[in-house]
Amino acid sequence: MSAVTLDEPATPARADRGRRTPSDALVAGTSHTMLILWSVIVIVPFCWVLLSSFKTSKEILSSPFSLPAEWSFDNYVSAWTKAGIGTYFFNTVIVVGTALVLVMLLGAMCAYVLARFEFFGRNFIYYSMLGGLTFPVFLVIVPLFFVLQGFGLLNTLPGLILTYVAYALPFTVFFLYAFFKTLPDDVYEAAMMDGAGEWRTFFRIMLPMAAPGMAGVAIFNFLGLWNQFLLPVALNTDRKNYVLTQGMASFSSQAGYNVDFGALFAGVVLTVLPVLVVYLIFQRRIAGTVSTGTFR
Amino acid sequence: MSASVTDATTAGGLPEANPWGAPPRRRRRKLTFDRALFMAVFLGLPVAVFVIFVVIPIGQALFYSLTDWSGFSPVMNVVGLDNYVKLLNDETFLKALRNNALLTLVVPLVTLTAALAIAVVVTTAGPSTGQVRGLNGSGFYRVVSFFPYAVPAIVIGLLWAQVYDPAAGLFNGILTGIGLDGFENYAWLGEVRAAMPASMFVMIWASIGFYTVLFVAAIKGIPAEIYEAARIDGAGRFRTAISITLPSIRDNVQTAYIYLGILTLDAYVFMAALNPGGGPANSTLTMSQHLMNTAFKKGQFGYATSMGVVLALVTLLFAALIFAIFYFAGGRDKKGEVAR
Repeated sequence: MSAVTLDEPATPARADRGRRTPSDALVAGTSHTMLILWSVIVIVPFCWVLLSSFKTSKEILSSPFSLPAEWSFDNYVSAWTKAGIGTYFFNTVIVVGTALVLVMLLGAMCAYVLARFEFFGRNFIYYSMLGGLTFPVFLVIVPLFFVLQGFGLLNTLPGLILTYVAYALPFTVFFLYAFFKTLPDDVYEAAMMDGAGEWRTFFRIMLPMAAPGMAGVAIFNFLGLWNQFLLPVALNTDRKNYVLTQGMASFSSQAGYNVDFGALFAGVVLTVLPVLVVYLIFQRRIAGTVSTGTFR
Repeated sequence: MSASVTDATTAGGLPEANPWGAPPRRRRRKLTFDRALFMAVFLGLPVAVFVIFVVIPIGQALFYSLTDWSGFSPVMNVVGLDNYVKLLNDETFLKALRNNALLTLVVPLVTLTAALAIAVVVTTAGPSTGQVRGLNGSGFYRVVSFFPYAVPAIVIGLLWAQVYDPAAGLFNGILTGIGLDGFENYAWLGEVRAAMPASMFVMIWASIGFYTVLFVAAIKGIPAEIYEAARIDGAGRFRTAISITLPSIRDNVQTAYIYLGILTLDAYVFMAALNPGGGPANSTLTMSQHLMNTAFKKGQFGYATSMGVVLALVTLLFAALIFAIFYFAGGRDKKGEVAR
């Protein structure tokens, strides 16, 4: 760029709004065509799964497009009960719910101290956490198996919860650190002068002030933990403790050629629905978090 | 706890009492018992969890990789670098390594190019008069294309395994429906030639939306005056995208490239769902799948952890490579300064 002159004020040019050149129309037309095509490629598989989840296995195998002879929820019932999706669903809710609360609390505590206090070893702890973000989980999966076994936590939900917390912690600390850093100091000083101790200052003043940041990070943690697959596959092999993702994986492979396809599709819908709801409710905030927290 | 070290010496020993005076000296306060306990608890708990479940296992991994441990017997002989030598001659592992390399070459390139194109179009490719803005209705595309990110990867894999199903799948249904009868019963995941590209497409499909949202956020951070200035200078949309948008968000592109690279060097979940056995003739086998088989199916834990170490090294190497490429290729030149 040779001549970026800012002398001329950028004119809003409201007058000629709406007047479009042929090239505008061309670009808009091409772009819309491509984007609509892409949206179709994204949406159609989901619609197809929804449609198929109402069909019987026989109908599914006969034609991918046919409509179900009768719209019944039989597949959902059999997925929920026979295939154990119901149990897995509740396991997932327990594990993800508990882990989410714990990791947000511990992460906020850790990030708060790291961001607002100065002490020996502060940078070391912070950068170790950052390092924890980059190492592949596969490096530690084998030793982790035996660490949990040592505590007697292998194949238990508490063991899985603790592991989730440990692996979501670096991410949480990393983003909340930036948030606590930006909180104004005067509020803290005022609380101190009014005689609130450190504890009360944190829980009554600082934590509520960081609520927007907490919400954004919590949404990302929820999606990440709900979708977690590798940790449970290696560390939680007891069928009655399965989480949803595991249940889905085994569900499709266990029966070999006798897979109940209708129930499989119903299971997919049941797994996707909660995250879809969370996503649609919070999608604006997700975009916001990405912009404030991530790369700047 | 390291938190017990006080900085009172430099701060004069008193908290800032006068907020109206000189700028307050942050974070250097007297260490009372209450404060020490507070810091010990607040830092101690999370760090303990982190050390027990992350740091210690990493240390153990490095050690186990030098042994012939089977995992279920107490016997463990230190065999030095034997495991690593064995890896170099393990045909299956080398095949998996090549597959990962191929994934890492193709998937980020396609995903990020597409994500960038979409992001540019929905933010800056609107009408060339008036304010610089994106296409109409761009919010819809953003929401839709981010959606796959919210779906568990394993479910995406299962879903696409059904879409690719030779007889009853949606994909062959469409292909034969539009008259391409050659694809009737074509096993997309069962043919050596098709399995890898088909798997790649699923990963790309699942990732584009997330990176689009990322780039959209980054582009919105570029000051509008720059675009207006470029427009006054007569730069068209394409020229603006190449000369202004791209250099301004190259840090984001670099980070995204590394994130995606880490994903493709792992790739476990997608591949486990699409082709649990590693695909025809191991054509979609990844290092992570081989590692899991070696550890939990064959019980060679020492050998498996050495694969984990190699995977970690390759990941670090990849990150360093991306940094180097971005640094040297068109790196820190004047263009990048424009938006800063």
